Amino acid sequence: MTPIHDRFTPLQRALHWFMAICILAMLFIGVGMVSTVHPDYLSLVSIHKPLGIVILVLALIRLVVRLTRGAPPLPESMPVPMKLAAHLSHLAFYLLMIGLPLIGWGMLSAAEYPVVVFGVRLPFILPHSNSLHTLLWNAHRFLALCLFALIVIHLGAALLHALVRRDGVFQAMAPWR
Amino acid sequence: MTDRPTSNASPFRSLVLIAVVMVALVAAIAFTAGWLTPERLTPAKIVNALAPPGGPALGFRRNHAKGICFTGTFESNGAAADLSEAPMFARGSYPVTGRFNLGTPDPKAPDATVQVRGVGLRIVAPDGREWRTAMINLPFFPVATPQAFYDLLKASADTSDPDAMKNFAAAHPEFGAFVGWAGSAPWTGSFAQEQYNSINSFVFTSATGQEQTVRWSFVPAAQAEAVPVDQLKARGDNFLDADITQRVQSAPQKWTLVVTLANPGDPTADPSKAWPEDRRKVEAGTLVVSAIEPEPDGPCRDLNFDPTVLPPGMHVSDDPFPAARSAAYAVSFDRRTAEDKYYPHAPARGATQ
Repeated sequence: MTPIHDRFTPLQRALHWFMAICILAMLFIGVGMVSTVHPDYLSLVSIHKPLGIVILVLALIRLVVRLTRGAPPLPESMPVPMKLAAHLSHLAFYLLMIGLPLIGWGMLSAAEYPVVVFGVRLPFILPHSNSLHTLLWNAHRFLALCLFALIVIHLGAALLHALVRRDGVFQAMAPWR
Repeated sequence: MTDRPTSNASPFRSLVLIAVVMVALVAAIAFTAGWLTPERLTPAKIVNALAPPGGPALGFRRNHAKGICFTGTFESNGAAADLSEAPMFARGSYPVTGRFNLGTPDPKAPDATVQVRGVGLRIVAPDGREWRTAMINLPFFPVATPQAFYDLLKASADTSDPDAMKNFAAAHPEFGAFVGWAGSAPWTGSFAQEQYNSINSFVFTSATGQEQTVRWSFVPAAQAEAVPVDQLKARGDNFLDADITQRVQSAPQKWTLVVTLANPGDPTADPSKAWPEDRRKVEAGTLVVSAIEPEPDGPCRDLNFDPTVLPPGMHVSDDPFPAARSAAYAVSFDRRTAEDKYYPHAPARGATQ
């Protein structure tokens, strides 16, 4: 009964779905790599670092696009707390998508591990410090689990819009026309 | 999520479907993290198994906990540049940060009680790329796989089964060679007289893309002199630190880097098997140790000598250990840096001379 709302732009939708794959892969790689001594450990680590940088760059592009192109309005039928939750979750996503790669990079810098991405040695963004390393390591782990929880809730909410509420919110970001 | 105002047919089925999808995603991450497979060999398990009965020494490395820092250079003669395009194989001089150490989780172990001695090196190229390596004076590793290493740690700590070690040795025939070494290898009185071996194999790649599996050793310039263990015990708990400090003060100490090239068919994946003596060897340069610094507040303490930090021109081989070591070293590093406040930052053992 609710008409289809404005949708996110094709660029926004492309960024959303591509990053969704990258970020989910990243989270699975992250929890997988720290729990194995199998030779795959090194392959996973060697994907984790460059993929993190890719996500960081894409998230920054996406932030600019979001600030310039905006987002379609949420339907009138949505209760205010639900709208608030949607807006806060978007804010949390941007903070985590940008923050987690930076924290990971900072954590490696604080441990003086060389950060080599696509054959290029990245500069250290923080000084060598045990306390900084510990702080960032704990933050990286905790916030990664937060991001995963947020994704699970986000997925549930998206499916709720698509299957139960049918209010056009899911269609706004759906990859198809 | 607060209410569902729709009046569509059977939202219940949709809600069940949504719940199933969400639970499946959580289950998938739990499986990936190993929470559903407690038998998986994790780096944390290996690190836990290294701890002595009284628990680990907080703030210290979980193994090779006792050590002393040094700085120096790697003087490359250019002879290995054809084998590997690693920048530190081009003729020249490259800064080194290193650490002599004992293969024990106890940072207070008397020197004469630990037969395995090691060295960690970080060699830095002008472009910032690094070669890190951690070696020991054993000619080969006691066991063939990381799982066997874990089983060895568990068996040696097993107080409930008097046959644990016997059973382990029976199941791992390669372990006999280590027992033979431990019983017959002469002890020396100095870090400067030890040969340090990579144990694990790695692959060198040349600028033209040629690959060659290798192992390497740092062979001491100082002549090894065997000293009976009883005499070493009489020299005190920390004689190795005093010895190396005094030697380096009088003259830089040197080792030759010898790269050994595998023949096709050599056991590159099994560090418990030495390669035949006649394999081609290339002398790639000289490690010059020019200054010793005590570990507390020394430049090596907060470095992880992760053997998989490799420059272009080197990568891991089919040997499963470097990956396992990297994973376990990271856990050890994460733990000890988090325990920084327990580490005796002021020199704990007083002056070493």
